[in-house]
Amino acid sequence: MERTIVIEAGRTSKQYWLDLWGYRELFYFLAWRDILIRYKQTVIGVAWALIRPFLTMIVFTIIFGKLAKLPSEGVPYPILVFSAMLPWQFFANSLGGSSNSLINNANLLSKVYFPRLIIPTSAVVVSFVDFALSGMILLGLMAWYNFVPNWQILTLPFWILIVVVASMGAGLWLAALNVKYRDFRYIVPFIIQFGLYISPVGFSSSIVPDKWRLLYSLNPMVGAINGFRWAILGSVGESELYLPGFILSIVLVFLLFASGVWYFRKVERSFADFI
Amino acid sequence: MSNTVIQVENLSKKYMIFNEKQESYKTLRDVIANRVKFIPTKLRGKENSQPSYEEFWALQDVSFEVKQGERVGIIGRNGAGKSTLLKILSRITEPTRGRVNVKGRVASLLEVGTGFHGELTGRENIFLNGAILGMSKGEIKKKFDEIVAFAEVEKFLDTPVKRYSSGMSVRLGFAVAAHLEQEILIVDEVLAVGDAAFQKKCLGKMNDVAENEGRTVFFVSHNMAAINKLCYNVIWLERGNVKMAGTRKDVISLYLTNDTQSSGECIWEQGIANPGVREFKFKAVRIRNNWGHITNIIDSRESFKIEIEYKIVEPLPSCQIHIIVTTKEGITVFSSHENLDHNDDKKKEVGSFVAQCKIPGGLLNENSFFITVYAGIPRIKSLANIENIIVFNIKNIDNQQKSSGIISPYLEWTTSQSVR
Repeated sequence: MERTIVIEAGRTSKQYWLDLWGYRELFYFLAWRDILIRYKQTVIGVAWALIRPFLTMIVFTIIFGKLAKLPSEGVPYPILVFSAMLPWQFFANSLGGSSNSLINNANLLSKVYFPRLIIPTSAVVVSFVDFALSGMILLGLMAWYNFVPNWQILTLPFWILIVVVASMGAGLWLAALNVKYRDFRYIVPFIIQFGLYISPVGFSSSIVPDKWRLLYSLNPMVGAINGFRWAILGSVGESELYLPGFILSIVLVFLLFASGVWYFRKVERSFADFI
Repeated sequence: MSNTVIQVENLSKKYMIFNEKQESYKTLRDVIANRVKFIPTKLRGKENSQPSYEEFWALQDVSFEVKQGERVGIIGRNGAGKSTLLKILSRITEPTRGRVNVKGRVASLLEVGTGFHGELTGRENIFLNGAILGMSKGEIKKKFDEIVAFAEVEKFLDTPVKRYSSGMSVRLGFAVAAHLEQEILIVDEVLAVGDAAFQKKCLGKMNDVAENEGRTVFFVSHNMAAINKLCYNVIWLERGNVKMAGTRKDVISLYLTNDTQSSGECIWEQGIANPGVREFKFKAVRIRNNWGHITNIIDSRESFKIEIEYKIVEPLPSCQIHIIVTTKEGITVFSSHENLDHNDDKKKEVGSFVAQCKIPGGLLNENSFFITVYAGIPRIKSLANIENIIVFNIKNIDNQQKSSGIISPYLEWTTSQSVR
């Protein structure tokens, strides 16, 4: 009950992680707040979470599937697109949300103490809600095309975890940098737009020539998206994962996360002085 | 040692002040551009490339101890380091040197209603704000009804806070804060908001919290009356140092008389020391008696003038000078400001000005009074504020009979025999 807190310069303590646990309720509340206000004063409300990915999926199917006639791996092209659209939208939303989260909560940062990690993390949780909602579209598509996934679907939680870790890692970096350098406010939308085309969202990564695939896997989202496809499409799709590329992507994802936490912790103490 | 809850040792905090820009954040371009700019000087090996920032110690080697259940007031002029101290104690920012040991949970109220979100209803905001201030969901639930009753917003619980009047949201904010259960409360001038009745209620609640529940309270205020009422011990900060610490009686009276010019005049030398912002500077404040002499002793029967000299460096539309006259207990006797209607156009120009305010004779009672001068653009921004800059004494020279009260206006009495 009575615990002593020591406030000192440059103290990177165990205390922090204890605090993080102690403030878990604040974490729920912040996420809850952002979910509540997300679609306030909109006419169709939560439907926005469904409409945006759905329309993007249609456009991609028409452009890449019908006009460019890219291979569909024997699956209906909408399902091919959507199985990648899910993780990508989640990644993009959390990146956008968490990179701006600290600035949007500047008044909190300068007035109350709590472990700052809570803020960008809760932004990721908010995007997760959208992710879960748009997952229903995928179920709808599967029913429409009578598509039955096989056992690989059971690995889906693992892939979701990879995407969460990737979004957190990138989000922490960008959130922390954004406090000091507001350039990132402009860089982030660009990363998101750019990433949509260099990640295998509208097409299958099997169209990338073999000799470039390892290089292609330097994009951490490539591994995550391919994993998603593999789990959802099962044996019908890319029957096997491209292992070297996959491992490279996963290693990069965890590296991104670890360095993100490290950098965030490093600059966190000066947030209140800079924001 | 056993009941020391806060122990502060040699606490120091350094800030960098960037001279080029006011913004605390920078863009990558600036960083790169600055690096490039300094390359030639570095190549020439010159040492005189002066840095674009200055060091500023907001706190320097501050040490003190607070025992459990103490109510400590922190006073000092603007920029003395009060807010920095509170920010360090509440862990918002880190000290540069020194350490603090805190025993128990700390709740910091540097603002009322931190984190309120306009789109959320009153009910939702109570939970959110409570969580932000460190309450658990269970605690909030338990105290929910009390909070609502204290804030007097029962009818509007399910209305979004953006539709609240500002008074209502302030009440709600304070109500949540007042029901915190942390052992140590850090309060920064939150009482300066809301109407008089609510302020009184807040002060009462704070008193209650400290007295009956034995919690430790840190209270920062410019309002000496509030400090005097609430705190037993007072720490006086000046330029980042503890100038004095002790019981309220000693510290407050010394604080008010020290530093305050007792000669009836205060002149600032030309230069950066002038209080104010870039576009506005105070040059002098003085008191002239009926004959135009500078003095600080005024005959109660005679009128006198408060004279303020200031300089406008950049055109300032409708900038106004205010004066506030207070007693040494911190009670405001009156305040007044320049009338702008007459010389509106002149005021915008650059130049030096002298404003005089005439106080009629036969108004103030025998006592010491303090003058605070303030400059600002009404409803837009405040430019400068110097508290208690001059003290003056009203002497009741001729009248033997002393009257009570802060003022003793000359009032006309007529008495006649009634013809019934």
